Amino acid sequence: MAHFTKPAEGSWTEHFGLATAPVSYDDSTSPEHYRLEQDAIFRRTWLNVGRVEQLPKPGSFFTKELDAAKTSVIIVKNKDGELRAYHNVCRHRGNKLVWNDFPREETDGTCRQFTCKYHGWRYDLDGNLTFVQQEEEFFDLDKSKFGLATIKVDVWAGFIFVTFDPDAGDLKDYLGRLGAGIEDYPFGLMTQKHTYRAEIGSNWKLFIDAFMEFYHAPVLHAKQAVSEESRKLQSYGYEALSYDVDGPHAMVSSWGGMSPPKDESMVKPIERVLRSGLFGVWDAPDVGELPEGVNPARHPAWGVDSFLFFPNFMLLLWKPNWYLTYHYWPTSYNTHIFECSLYFVPPANAYERLQQELAVVTFKEYGLQDGNTLEATQTMIESGAVDAFPLCDQEVMLRHLHTVCRRYIADYEASRGGASLVSAAS
Amino acid sequence: MATFPPQFADLEPFADWALPSERDRYGKRITSSMDELQAFYDAAFPRLEDSTEYLKGVSVDGISTEDRNLLWLFSSLVTVSFPVESWRQARVPDSGASSIDVIVEPVP
Repeated sequence: MAHFTKPAEGSWTEHFGLATAPVSYDDSTSPEHYRLEQDAIFRRTWLNVGRVEQLPKPGSFFTKELDAAKTSVIIVKNKDGELRAYHNVCRHRGNKLVWNDFPREETDGTCRQFTCKYHGWRYDLDGNLTFVQQEEEFFDLDKSKFGLATIKVDVWAGFIFVTFDPDAGDLKDYLGRLGAGIEDYPFGLMTQKHTYRAEIGSNWKLFIDAFMEFYHAPVLHAKQAVSEESRKLQSYGYEALSYDVDGPHAMVSSWGGMSPPKDESMVKPIERVLRSGLFGVWDAPDVGELPEGVNPARHPAWGVDSFLFFPNFMLLLWKPNWYLTYHYWPTSYNTHIFECSLYFVPPANAYERLQQELAVVTFKEYGLQDGNTLEATQTMIESGAVDAFPLCDQEVMLRHLHTVCRRYIADYEASRGGASLVSAAS
Repeated sequence: MATFPPQFADLEPFADWALPSERDRYGKRITSSMDELQAFYDAAFPRLEDSTEYLKGVSVDGISTEDRNLLWLFSSLVTVSFPVESWRQARVPDSGASSIDVIVEPVP
């Protein structure tokens, strides 16, 4: 029985013009396909690498490892307070310019200039080469021609994006209608940040798949609720309030579970005492009016909106006025780094700090179950034993993601004049 | 020297749960026995329950060392509540060898 209205076509999947046949996951099981995704997707789209709060003053910087785009980048605030982004490579002999102790680990800090560990070449915050050790030993070296390799960087709603495509259009245009609908969300008030990181043994798209459907939630996470509540949730199943798609981007709007619960006997003792849980702190802070893109169905039972800004940036806006981000950074066809940051209005007192701690730790308990399930999925998809998987209408965003990825690859190959190796069909 | 404010002296035997990072608190949880987790929960949970008004009066800015330790101990109670209230084991069921680690967290 449908609890919430579906589009006139009868299903969300058909409403968005997607196929309804079982899908193949051959886009998630080969090194060859991953190499295509690196060039066709991660080197051609806007990628969110952080937030403006990470760069509080001139000279603040952080590095980001982007295996998916085959590089490492430095993001820095220059003396004029403007953001700059560079490939993290010294122009002399190609050493990685900024790193501490372990070259593969990300770092951050504040500096006046960047100095290469290898031969001491120095660059100012605008990327200009300012010092060459024993400059007289070189042959007609024109320092003005050996500045750092720059990358396009832009900011949307406080989120810092880079792109490796010099011809990339405007970031705001790229994020489209879904971005415009929430750009006035009070992200800037929610600066209390907890970040988690995990190495996941699955293709990056499979974890996005897991978080763009809630069909799994009443089953996989059954033991997280008290048993009576758990049975109730499973008997209801799951339906979203609404879905939306704009270009490569997508969103799902969902009802809210228990925040606050109607019946306190349905929650665990720690949740009852701290008035908090997976859906956040029950008592929402006042952050003013929310923008129109939030809860687009205007449903009173609304709980959370999950946006996927293609390719790998998810933004979840929760009813009790907090948000979280997910990033999925591929490191090979069957591994990726998963990062989650939870953002709250800073707590005024120790009780509020504990309320937020419970929301954070609850997220982690769920994430551990999700992550391990993905490894189980990846290994069996790779077995090749089965290659057609039926997806239901509540899994419409998965179809959309895999379809968009295949389309980017087909477009990329067409632009290079080669025959397409990958069908654009889902 | 007292770890916690005087009215929480009964929690002194559990002072080793006053750990500053979620990483350390989770690490202590998964290397503890269920008996140890239950004993800590049984001692700390009633104190959290009857101290919410006190905790609301403790400002995070400029928090004293004793109150900070108390905040960290109750943060440990938050992570220990999962094995005690839900899992009946220290680790998350079906989580296998997977791990997810905090890399940025507020201080305190």
